[in-house]
Amino acid sequence: MLSDCAKEKIKKIYGNYSDLHSVSMTAMQIVQREIGHLTKEDLIEIAEMLDMKPIELDEIGGFYTMYNVERPVGKYHVQVCENLPCALVGAEHIITVIERHLKIKVGETTADKRYTLSRVQCLGSCGTAPMMQVNEEFYEDLTERNVIEILDGFE
Amino acid sequence: MAVEKILLHNVDKPNSHKLDTYLAGGGYEDLRKALAMGRDDLVQLVKDSGLRGRGGAGFPAGLKWSFIPKDPSLQKYLCCNADEGEPGTFKDRIIIEKDPHLLIEGMAITCHAINSDKSYIYIRGEFEYGAQILEQAIEEAYEKGYLGKNIMGTDFSLDMYVHRGYGAYICGEETALLESIEGYRGQPRKKPPFPALAGLNGKPTVINNVESLACIPGIIRKGSKWFANMGPEKSPGPKLFCVSGHIEKPGVYELPMGTTGREIIYEVCGGIKAGRKFKAVIPGGVTAPMLVEKDLDLSMDFDTMAQAGSMLGSGAVIVMDDTTCMVRTSYIINRFFSHESCGKCTPCREGTIWMTQILERMENGEGRPGDVEELERLCDNIFGRTFCPLGDGAVMALRGCLKHFREEFVYHVENGRCMVKGGF
Repeated sequence: MLSDCAKEKIKKIYGNYSDLHSVSMTAMQIVQREIGHLTKEDLIEIAEMLDMKPIELDEIGGFYTMYNVERPVGKYHVQVCENLPCALVGAEHIITVIERHLKIKVGETTADKRYTLSRVQCLGSCGTAPMMQVNEEFYEDLTERNVIEILDGFE
Repeated sequence: MAVEKILLHNVDKPNSHKLDTYLAGGGYEDLRKALAMGRDDLVQLVKDSGLRGRGGAGFPAGLKWSFIPKDPSLQKYLCCNADEGEPGTFKDRIIIEKDPHLLIEGMAITCHAINSDKSYIYIRGEFEYGAQILEQAIEEAYEKGYLGKNIMGTDFSLDMYVHRGYGAYICGEETALLESIEGYRGQPRKKPPFPALAGLNGKPTVINNVESLACIPGIIRKGSKWFANMGPEKSPGPKLFCVSGHIEKPGVYELPMGTTGREIIYEVCGGIKAGRKFKAVIPGGVTAPMLVEKDLDLSMDFDTMAQAGSMLGSGAVIVMDDTTCMVRTSYIINRFFSHESCGKCTPCREGTIWMTQILERMENGEGRPGDVEELERLCDNIFGRTFCPLGDGAVMALRGCLKHFREEFVYHVENGRCMVKGGF
């Protein structure tokens, strides 16, 4: 069920576009932000609001990698950049350090559902590499030591 | 190398993202000046400046604007491309986060020039912080009458919206970007028709990169001659170079177009990290074929880089020292392209995956005889046969690496390990 708050936020942006179809990406972002992922039921409800077919939203969800359709992630989604500028200054080592610390492999979620670890492509922070994004925050200039402090520092 | 900063003029000020800070530095006065100018004069001014698109393609900005039909009854759009995703690039982010009003002013002037009253900033979803900064800045601009109805008492009105992408490199391609704003998968459209005639919602649309738009207020203020006289005649102006990799002082630097790679690496950025030896440099994001020592004195501009068989691209300079294994480098770059291929056309969708599979087994010491030749055949079969430049980009990167370091690939296949000794 979409929350009333999400519905209100979605309706508020109708005026930004010339048609409802253009609202779809932002609408899905608004809903995902609430619990970190989207369910098929969410897509059906959003589709009804926007006069679209659920499959059209499914297409968007499958194409853009940040949407987690039917893919629950932990409370903290740890996404480490694996691209060249980060790799040149130790991204692989950072990933190994995180895997060891959280006792999970890339693509997995910890048993307590707190952390999910993913590899991602360039996040535009190459001058402060290696770096990671946790939920919507960037953490840059990572070292073996500070990455553990950052992860343990979450409530 | 001290140069007057135009694009990064404000970024070190406290609260540089706030309207008050921007106004204190003379902000929005260039919009006032532009609104007093005729549209044709504005387009001519930008044409005369020689400004070429800073997103990577280097297309003349004024010429792009001049393609927009003049019919006042047609809805026209400006879309700012803030989908900064070319690996190695982090220049637009600094403008977005630290000086959003410079971008908004540049967009407002551009909208006046093309007679558009509706504009979008397409920002990659990962830049959530930047998107929020932009939304706050837009709100401030509305409150003070720099956006909205009858701006500065003229008949010019403009609405501006932020639209977030959500993880697709291909949306930096301008027609894929338009598809994404319309709520579809970001797959490129067939051109022609070009966006200037049929863009967003089928209406005439200009798509400009953040840095290009951020150049506009400076051109209004200091004139087209000032801009045209900086750097090489055919690709002039200030340029943001983002330097990363094995370098002492990585970061974003505003330098005249045409600064050499050697100046950037050794004079501006303090040389190779930990005093190691230079091996290669990618001059314009991972798509740009790498250059070697002998190329370091070339002028970093659109035309010289193209003549050298590479490209200036986004000005993303990725520096590699002598510990760098080129098989591993190519594997990482190709993995990116196969991940980001949109799937629309077969040579790119399948070809980038095949290339990555071959590079991966080479990297893991499981290369097979003939693998290097197979990679070269794949390059020949992908290049020029893809729907958009992404597939070509994957080939250009790999060919660039093979051109200079083919023996490392052969060694990897024959010996199952790196030819270079070191950390990477």
